[in-house]
Amino acid sequence: MRYSVFSIVEQAFKGQKDWKPVWRYPEPKAEYDMLIIGGGGHGLATAYYLAKNHGYTNIAVIDKNYLGSGSVGRNTTIVRSNYQEPGNIPFYEHSLKLWEGLEQDFNYNAMMSQRGVLNLYHSDSQRDDYARRGNAMMMHGVRADLLNREQVHEIVPFMDFDNARFPIHGGLMQWRGGTARHDAVAWGFARGADSRGVDILQNTEAKQIRVENGKVTGVETSRGFIKAKKVGIVAAGNTTRIAETAGLRLPIESYVLQAFVSEAIKPLIPCVVTFGAGHFYISQSDKGGLVFGASLDYYTSYAARGNLPGVEDTIEEAMAIMPSISRVKLLRHWGGIMDMSMDGSPIIDKTGIDGLYINCGWCYGGFKATPASGYCLAHLMATDESHPVATALKLNRFETGYVIDEAGTGAQPNLH
Amino acid sequence: MRIPCPFCGSRDSQEFSFLGQAGLKRPDPNAPDAQKQFHDYVHIRDNKAGVTKELWLHANGCRSWITVTRNTLTHEITGSEFASPLTKEAAQ
Repeated sequence: MRYSVFSIVEQAFKGQKDWKPVWRYPEPKAEYDMLIIGGGGHGLATAYYLAKNHGYTNIAVIDKNYLGSGSVGRNTTIVRSNYQEPGNIPFYEHSLKLWEGLEQDFNYNAMMSQRGVLNLYHSDSQRDDYARRGNAMMMHGVRADLLNREQVHEIVPFMDFDNARFPIHGGLMQWRGGTARHDAVAWGFARGADSRGVDILQNTEAKQIRVENGKVTGVETSRGFIKAKKVGIVAAGNTTRIAETAGLRLPIESYVLQAFVSEAIKPLIPCVVTFGAGHFYISQSDKGGLVFGASLDYYTSYAARGNLPGVEDTIEEAMAIMPSISRVKLLRHWGGIMDMSMDGSPIIDKTGIDGLYINCGWCYGGFKATPASGYCLAHLMATDESHPVATALKLNRFETGYVIDEAGTGAQPNLH
Repeated sequence: MRIPCPFCGSRDSQEFSFLGQAGLKRPDPNAPDAQKQFHDYVHIRDNKAGVTKELWLHANGCRSWITVTRNTLTHEITGSEFASPLTKEAAQ
């Protein structure tokens, strides 16, 4: 289906009643070549790239709820690749490059906006740390600009530069970073996969992964047993619940992360801004609402709703850098379940069970990774080899000691 | 969320800090498979959806480590006790 000015005008005369469904609602087949558990951004992207890059069309994506009902629609929509660990930068840069061509690729308006991501620093030592991060990025061919106080002031003059505790000394800017419309990303991948013959099975819960003689044979679902030669677990916060049915134990804990949207105000924040003295990030949507979030609720949870101390902490951080928004009303806030890994970095790997693949540990940085995550898992499932940009994202890195710990906080998932 | 501390009574969860799954046992470093055991001890968790036992520190209170029984699906807390048998004994 194509959208154009003419189709919008045509529908206006028809009372918007003639739009066709964008994807099918098929009945599950008895057998597929590949089955993806999880119909979020990463799962749909995996199916899309399996069909597009590797020519697999006898694939299904199953989800226990409706398409894109999880974290892909519950994040703060930030896209960036300003990482500093060698195992991470090539992967996230690959992702950002995919983002840059994504709308043309799947022919869907994802409202990708490269408005820049600005990390503020508040002390001399933090400036040195950010300079180091910028250098690490540039050594991998990713541009970063270290800005001084005056340069930051030109971009975001409304910040509290002379805050007594956390004065703003400057920032590290990645101009190619920005935001994208998260729901549209899920819809774009879903349509692209569906039109290539992928079955998207909504409201189909995975109950049990069936393994015989060390080989995966299929998945027991709420709509019966579905046979599959290869199965990919892309279940985000519920990864361990599903993996456990195949006897796998993983270095993952699930936590809730909250996000917030305020009432719409006139254009104020031109880019994504992060607070260096805490953990707070804010941007403004095209509708005008301020979109922001902070740290995790600090205890494990599957409840997909936050607690008030998390709200208070977020608002305090907002006030520390932007007291000007103190009278802006909050419109809504929500929580999503994060699959927090033990080193804060993701896992895209085989599992030791033949035909069973895993894609998890996205912590609260999964949205920006959506295209590359699908791209690399599709590559792994089709060829049985890790994609060159994802060779460090192994499950056994916790045994070998090659962990990728951006924050340097160790095996304590709620601190990443 | 309020947590019943066995010493202080019902207190706000913000007074506590969260460590994680209770009942992990530090492996014997001289065991032949010590490396694997330590990997599991440091990195692998049950991550149960449902009733779990977990360690909390009443950091801004009596500073005791307590084992809390909590449902991760509902946040409902159904019990708590001192984590250390010595503290338990001293309290009786």
